Amino acid sequence: MNKKLPGTFIEKKQPDDSRRDFLKQSALLSGLSITPSIALKAANEHWDEKLAAAIEKTSLQLEINGVQQSLSVEPRVTLLDLLREQLNLTGTKKGCDYGQCGACTVHVNGKRILSCLTLAVMQDGQKVTTIEGLADGETLHPMQEAFIKHDGFQCGYCTPGQIMSAVACIREGHAESEDEIREYMSGNICRCGAYPNIVNAISEVKKGGKKV
Amino acid sequence: MSDQSSVGKPVSRLEGRLKVTGAAKYAAEYDAPNLLYGYVINSTITKGKITSIDTSAATAVEGVVAVFSHENRPELPWLDIKYADMDAPPGTVFKPLYDNEIKYNGQPIALLVANDFETARYASTLVRFEYEEEFFETCLDNNLEKGRDAKKGIATLLKPPPPAPTGNFEKAFENSAVKHTAEYLHSTEHHNPMELFATTTVYEGNGKLTIFDKTQGTINNQLYVANAFGLSYKNVRVIAPFVGGTFGSGLRPQHQLFLCVMAALELKRNVRVTLDRKQMFTFGHRPQTYQKLRFSTDENGSITAMNHLAIGETSQFEDYAESVVTWSHKLYPAANTLLEYKLAPLDLPSPLDMRAPGGCTAMHAIECMMDELSYKLKMDPLELRLRNYSEIDPSTGKSFTSKELKQCYLKAAERFGWKDRNPEPGSMTRGNKLVGYGMATGIWDAYQFPSRIEAIITKEGKLIINNAVTDIGTGTFTVMTQVAADALGLPLEDVTFNYGDSQKPFSMFQGGSAIAASTASAIIIAARALKKKLLKKAKAISNSPLKAAAEDDVMFKNGTIRLKKDPMSVVSFQEIVASNNGRPVRTVNMGMPHAFKLRKYTKATHSAAFVEVEVDKELKTIAVTRAVSAVAAGKILNPKTARSQITGSMVWGISKALHEETILDEKLGKYINTNLAEYHIPVHADVNELDVIFADEPDELINEAGVKGVGEIGLVAMPAAIANAIFHATGKRINKLPVHFDELL
Amino acid sequence: MNQFSYIRVNQQQAAVDAIRKDKAAMFIAGGTNLTDLMKRGIVSPERLIDINRLPLKEIKAEKNFIRIGALALNSVVAENSLIQKRLPLLVQALNSGASAQIRNMATVGGNMLQRTRCHYFYDTALPCNKRQPGSGCGALEGFNRMHAIFGFSDKCIAVHPSDMSVALMALDATVLVTGPKGERRIPFSDFHRLPGDRPETDTNLQPGELILAVDIPDAPFAQYAHYLKVRERASYAFALVSVAAALHIEKNVIREARLAMGGVAHKPWRLTEAEKYLAGKAVSETNFTEAAKIAMQGAKAFKHNAFKLKLGPNSIVQALKTASKLS
Repeated sequence: MNKKLPGTFIEKKQPDDSRRDFLKQSALLSGLSITPSIALKAANEHWDEKLAAAIEKTSLQLEINGVQQSLSVEPRVTLLDLLREQLNLTGTKKGCDYGQCGACTVHVNGKRILSCLTLAVMQDGQKVTTIEGLADGETLHPMQEAFIKHDGFQCGYCTPGQIMSAVACIREGHAESEDEIREYMSGNICRCGAYPNIVNAISEVKKGGKKV
Repeated sequence: MSDQSSVGKPVSRLEGRLKVTGAAKYAAEYDAPNLLYGYVINSTITKGKITSIDTSAATAVEGVVAVFSHENRPELPWLDIKYADMDAPPGTVFKPLYDNEIKYNGQPIALLVANDFETARYASTLVRFEYEEEFFETCLDNNLEKGRDAKKGIATLLKPPPPAPTGNFEKAFENSAVKHTAEYLHSTEHHNPMELFATTTVYEGNGKLTIFDKTQGTINNQLYVANAFGLSYKNVRVIAPFVGGTFGSGLRPQHQLFLCVMAALELKRNVRVTLDRKQMFTFGHRPQTYQKLRFSTDENGSITAMNHLAIGETSQFEDYAESVVTWSHKLYPAANTLLEYKLAPLDLPSPLDMRAPGGCTAMHAIECMMDELSYKLKMDPLELRLRNYSEIDPSTGKSFTSKELKQCYLKAAERFGWKDRNPEPGSMTRGNKLVGYGMATGIWDAYQFPSRIEAIITKEGKLIINNAVTDIGTGTFTVMTQVAADALGLPLEDVTFNYGDSQKPFSMFQGGSAIAASTASAIIIAARALKKKLLKKAKAISNSPLKAAAEDDVMFKNGTIRLKKDPMSVVSFQEIVASNNGRPVRTVNMGMPHAFKLRKYTKATHSAAFVEVEVDKELKTIAVTRAVSAVAAGKILNPKTARSQITGSMVWGISKALHEETILDEKLGKYINTNLAEYHIPVHADVNELDVIFADEPDELINEAGVKGVGEIGLVAMPAAIANAIFHATGKRINKLPVHFDELL
Repeated sequence: MNQFSYIRVNQQQAAVDAIRKDKAAMFIAGGTNLTDLMKRGIVSPERLIDINRLPLKEIKAEKNFIRIGALALNSVVAENSLIQKRLPLLVQALNSGASAQIRNMATVGGNMLQRTRCHYFYDTALPCNKRQPGSGCGALEGFNRMHAIFGFSDKCIAVHPSDMSVALMALDATVLVTGPKGERRIPFSDFHRLPGDRPETDTNLQPGELILAVDIPDAPFAQYAHYLKVRERASYAFALVSVAAALHIEKNVIREARLAMGGVAHKPWRLTEAEKYLAGKAVSETNFTEAAKIAMQGAKAFKHNAFKLKLGPNSIVQALKTASKLS
């Protein structure tokens, strides 16, 4: 794992940096390819061929924020813990770990899900987008800009989940009215109570008509 | 020339980009090499002793490194004084793993450390404890007779015991024309910030630790760690630039900090300990409180007598007190008052300040009582408040440094449309909903703490401000940058505020809504000192255009000092530093509350809340459809962040009135809804229109910044306003919070 | 969470074979309930068989029923135009459950199989006959606000938390399953059990069986249907009481009524007697009130849920009024 020097602020990464780091990490983490005998067995029993049916780490292919990753993880690792503890993508937050707060919301194949309620291995072959992947390099996503403008956050901890949910909410077509926004954003809890500002941010982005 | 001043402007949070991109790091997110993971293990009994611990199954799991319990805890001083942090109540502080005594259900009793998080979590379930159980008491309602006076200690300075009785309450109450008696019950609440409590400790070696912690007080926790572990203060650094909400829970060091540091020191490794959500219910909380009020008025509605009795829950080992009964007399004049406050020790963890502690509990009762009286008097509730309005503090006779509560009442009433209220309960409807209007008053003390600021002008002519304060979502980082920028006449982008680090100059923990006043005032004082130094050095430059200038002759603008009368007579900060042999110009100053100067004044913020509720006629479900809060809090440094503080605390008010409570199973002596599905925080769909007005309240007296703080005042008036609105809609009074709608069936 | 082995299957037969071989194995689909239970140590399978790649996601109109594949996602079903047109009751029930994120992960089969959220079940330190037969029922004398008023036993008073299941119960769905003994069909009313003496068993699925689909017979309940969910906050909370009401009305007379309640029993509670009462009656609040009274017969409350005795009938009346568009 990369050593990050402790400090008050962490420097922002350039896109190339992150790719380089990911490749470094995947070299460390990828391992365990399955043995031929298991491959045969897998084919006979119609299991997924890429798997090793073992308690040890299982190989896993994920595209995360546009970067292909070959990983090796224990089956019991959730997507959330993979992101936070193994890939140092700490933008996705753990608020409860039981699917009750929405702070861990990410997109898988463009759909919003709770990363704490799925095992990383279940997402093999899928495309994951986290908050770190929303901006276009240095250019913030319109939803991120709107959250800043409307003060849609205070402590900031629920914010990545709120933003990922908000973007999906518009894409799903569930932001037609403020009432609908409130209902379809209710899976993201904010203890600071920034709700009215969040709704304003989402409304503005929706009305702006830009593709999110 | 454009006005580049930023105080008073709605500046967007300066750390916004970091937060919306996920780049802002919180305590559990700092990477460190070869990190070990600790998982806390909690008692499953309520009271008694651990008689045996069997770690064999846990340590047999591959990847488990250690299990710490009272049986193998390190040799440490373990003196109480070492553990008492700055917010410790009188009594015996809780020391994790000290001995085999179980004082409350969920008490942390061990730490399991492993190579990865999943192993730590799993193996922690394999440690077997045997207990000897004792009889316990956890329910306040059954133990009111145990109420006794609160012990005194340092914390008493901020939460003084109730004043002595005035007049003759019983007689006055007996003889008054209009009176009412009522009891009010408040359930336990837990802070439940979104971020779980966590600490990442980096073991630097040589007795040095760098600790990333979730806290409201970097220095408070630094001192705690140094004291508890016998380390030198300068070798312990606590860093917390981003904190995922605390609302009071971070005022004291939490046990995961202690356990994490202990493991790091014992194992000489980097360690991370994160609590899970159910463990967020195993430490401080807002206590259960019982209140009984008896108020009376004359036939015109002027209050004649007020009796307020409150009994709060505390632990068996610390006397956690709140200011509950001191508010009524701070608001309303009465010749006869009897204010009583007691604590009932129970087998629970010590309570801990939670947003507007005591104040929001008390004001619910007081303002519901006022509402009851208004109906008995057949008087508009707002009119009753105005009838009893006092420009001075009735409890002491002192003036307020400022008090624009009346402005709040009138502006909020107008914005809300209070005049459209039909006084008859149940008379207003909308489709199949009953509509209710309710209002209430809010008050909160305006505290100030000492704060030390280091201010530096760099050779680039930019300003650096250093202070240990945290930003828990309050906007401190942004607002203090604004204050500093204005104080030196610099644009915002030329100011860097370094904070959230115990190595920086002293700040008290963020709390009590005091930090804005404390830090801003200190920044202004430091800025004055810095400007003096800068001018002096500017004048000393050979051929300085400012050679003959006095302080009043110059203005600081855009990184320069210039003559007011001749803007071309300019010396830049860069030139000053250059003339200083390239050394930055620096000052360190202390800001202090003006205790002596203000001893003749009372300092408080005030608010008025007006709420509309809809109650379904058949199902009785309750919705707060709109609410207006007007707040008088002195100078508003940033209307955008301040507004968010108020709306956020209005959501807290809705939550307190209608949703949140920690449910105690009395038989088990255990909290049982210890998760976010059953502990109800409002969701998006619960929150409708919230409107905020800031009263115009200049305050030249209170401090250099004219600031009072807005973190808690927005909550205080809301629960009563909502309860009063429910009465107006339904004719039913429910005096236990949270109101369960089914009680209206 | 314990360590376990994990395999993924691509074919139905492989799934059935894999689970038959291994008593300590469980299927995982969306995982929204199972991962939660595993993290809390309530279930600890030694092997997980990931069935997400099985071709069981289709939503199709057959000759006189609609078939919804067991792996169809809750959100996909709710957004499906066929379902929206023909089964609005199901759409409303689905959309009232959980949150958008969870509905994007949860499958129809998983929704039916989710476990109760009783806090005594969820806390491994507390007595619960469902989790640990013989250990007692913590809710009986404990905090039981969310618990049953119908069909309970002295061993268990938990409720089933699924909204979708209440609608499927009202719509007379049938569950198609396969297993070691081949395929069979289970009427929805027989799918979930009452606790009786064996609260540890939630459903009548046999070991090794896999849910394939849910069939919903065609019926004239698209026009007058409403799912009412009453809860403590406006969204993202389990029902205190819920009602699925669907009516076939002609000329202001109820030809047939379907009524089921959630939040009141160990399984969705079909209100058969109330349905019988309403058949042939005019659409009126009086008739709805009487039906509600009949529906509540036999209800018995505990210390903290007596309000359900009032909220229940009020909710039935409201649901019927909304469904019938009577204002």
